[in-house]
Amino acid sequence: MAEHSYTSRRELDQYYFHPLVTVLVPLALIVLQAILPRLFPRVAIFDLPLIAVIFFSVARRSPIAGALTGMGIGLFQDGLTNHPFGVFGIAKSIVGYLAASIGFAIDMDNLMNRAALTFVASLLQSVMQLLIERLMLGDKSWRVLPLQGWPLHELLRAAVSVAVAIPLFLLLDRFKQRD
Amino acid sequence: MHNGLRVFMPLPANARGPLGCFGEGAFFRRSCNPYFTVASFTLDSFFSRFRNSLTLIAIVLVQVLALAVQVQRPAEDAAGVEDGRKVTLLRRWVLAVVTPFERVSHGTGTGVRSAWSSYIALRHTHEENKALEQEIARLRTEEAEFAEDAREGRRLAALLQFKQHYISSTVVAAVIGTSGSDRARILTLDKGAADGLKPDMAVMTPDGVVGKLRDVQSHTSELLLLNDPTSGAGVILAATRIRGILRGTAAGQVEINNLTADSRIKPGEQVLTSGGDGVFPRGLPVGVIESIAPDPVHQPFTAIRIKPYANLSRLEEVLVVTGSQEGLPPAAAADATLADAMAEANKRAADMVAERLPSLHEDKDATVAQPAQDQGNAAAPPAALPRPRPVLHPDRYSPDSSPPAGEMQPGAPAPSQDSDSKAGDH
Repeated sequence: MAEHSYTSRRELDQYYFHPLVTVLVPLALIVLQAILPRLFPRVAIFDLPLIAVIFFSVARRSPIAGALTGMGIGLFQDGLTNHPFGVFGIAKSIVGYLAASIGFAIDMDNLMNRAALTFVASLLQSVMQLLIERLMLGDKSWRVLPLQGWPLHELLRAAVSVAVAIPLFLLLDRFKQRD
Repeated sequence: MHNGLRVFMPLPANARGPLGCFGEGAFFRRSCNPYFTVASFTLDSFFSRFRNSLTLIAIVLVQVLALAVQVQRPAEDAAGVEDGRKVTLLRRWVLAVVTPFERVSHGTGTGVRSAWSSYIALRHTHEENKALEQEIARLRTEEAEFAEDAREGRRLAALLQFKQHYISSTVVAAVIGTSGSDRARILTLDKGAADGLKPDMAVMTPDGVVGKLRDVQSHTSELLLLNDPTSGAGVILAATRIRGILRGTAAGQVEINNLTADSRIKPGEQVLTSGGDGVFPRGLPVGVIESIAPDPVHQPFTAIRIKPYANLSRLEEVLVVTGSQEGLPPAAAADATLADAMAEANKRAADMVAERLPSLHEDKDATVAQPAQDQGNAAAPPAALPRPRPVLHPDRYSPDSSPPAGEMQPGAPAPSQDSDSKAGDH
C-alpha cells in the first residue's frame, strides 16, 4: 500500500518535456548568458544555466536525470570559459542531483520552495566552484577572498538568481507535459 | 526492476554441469553454492538501493579524472592559458554552437544603434560640431607643443640607440560575446585566423591595453582580458622605471604583486607595457596605480592595484596588434617629418615676429644686468652683458663718475658737481 502511494506521488509530480524543449531551452539560456553581459556587464552575476538545471531536475523527479542534465549543461558552459572542462560540470551535476532529490520531498510548485531551493543551489554551486578551483586546480588567485567580500558577493548572487528564477520558472512551466 | 545491475545470476539446473553439485570444486561453483546466491541478491539490492548515489559518484569521478588529465601540465601552464589538442577541439565545438547566435545578436544591436545614430541622435549635431571645432583648435595648439617634445625625445632615443617597437598593423574586431561567467573574463571577437589573427597577439583600445588573444578559430577568437586570473603582462612604471608583472585577480581587479615595498612607488603613477613578455609592444599605456598595500599572504611583496585606462567591462570594439616593427612605420614617419617641419616653421615665424616688434627684451635685459655689473660680478660672461648707453649730461650719479670704493678715504669731501661736470665735458 505504501509502495503504491509512493509511486502515485511520484507519478503525480513527474513531468516530461518534448526533446526539442530539452535541448533548446538550456541552449537558449546558455546563449543568453553569453550575450547579456556584453550589453549589461553586471548581468554576469546570475547564472541562467543553473536555473535550467534546477527546473529540469525538479520537474523530472529523477536524481540520475538531474545529475546528467547538470553535467551536460555544466560542461557546455565550461567550453565558453578558460577553465578546464569539469569545473561547472561537477558543480552542476551535484546541484542537479540534489534538486531532483529534494523535489521528491517537498512541493516544488510552491513559489517559496522554489525560491529557497534556487538560493541554496546557487550558494552550493559557488562553494563547489571555490573548492574545485582552489583545492583541485590550485588557483591561488582566491587567496584574498575574505577581504574582497566573497561570501557577501555570493549571497547577492544567490538573491539575484532567485529574483530571475521565479518568473523564469513560471514561463518554463508552460513546457511541462504529463505522460 | 533491477535492469542491468545484477552481478551474479542463478543458473538453471541443466547448466550446472555433468556432475551436478558433486565432485571437486563443486562448492566454488556459483550455481551450487547457496552463499553465492545470497550475495547476488545482496549486491542486487545494494545497487538498486544506491543506484542514484552511485551514478552521481560515477559522474563526478569521470569529471574529476577529466580535470586531472587537463591540468597535468607544468604549473605555469596549469593556469589554463593553453589547452590540450582535444580540449581545444571541444571548445571549438561549443563555440561553433554559440557563435552564430552571438553574431546575430551583435548584428541586430549594431543595426539598431546605427539607425539611432543616423536619424534620431542628430538633433544636437550642430552644437556638438561647434564644440568639436573648438576642441580641434585647442588640440592644434597642444600638437605644436608636443611636436617639439617628440622631436627632442626622438633625438635622445637616437643618441641612446634605443630600439622602440612600434605598432605597424592592427585589425579592428568587434566583441560579440562573453564567457557568461564573472569568474572567466573572456570575450569572443568576430575576427579569427582568416583575418590574420594568431594566439598571443596583443589587443588594445585607443585608451590602453586590454588583453591578448587566447584561442583563435577560423572566424572568431577569444580575448583573455587583463583582469582574468590567468592573465599576465610585463609592465614598467613610467616615472620610477621599475618593472613588474601585471596579473588579474579572482575579483576582476588588476594587480602587480611581485614587487617589494618601495617608497618611490606612489598612487597615480602611470603604468606602461615593458615589452619584456614578447606579447605587448613596449610603451603602450595600461593604467595608473590606484592603491598600494602589503600583500597579506606573500610578504614582503606588495599588492599594487592598477586602474586600467580601458574600461574592461564595456568593450565593444578592439584593435588586435597584428604586427610591430623597429622604428616608425612609413605613415607615422611622414607625420613626424611633417611635425618637425611645422615646428621649424613656427620657430622661424616666432623669430620674425620678435625682430619686428620693439626691442622690449633688450631694455629688460639691460635693466636686469645693470645691478650685476654694479656689483662687479666677474663670473658673468662678458658677451652676455649689455652695454650701457652713453649719458648726455653726466652728474655724480652717472656710471663711472665715482672713484672705486677702495680709493675712498673715510671723512674725505665728496667730489664737487662742477668738477664732475668738467670731467664729463672732457
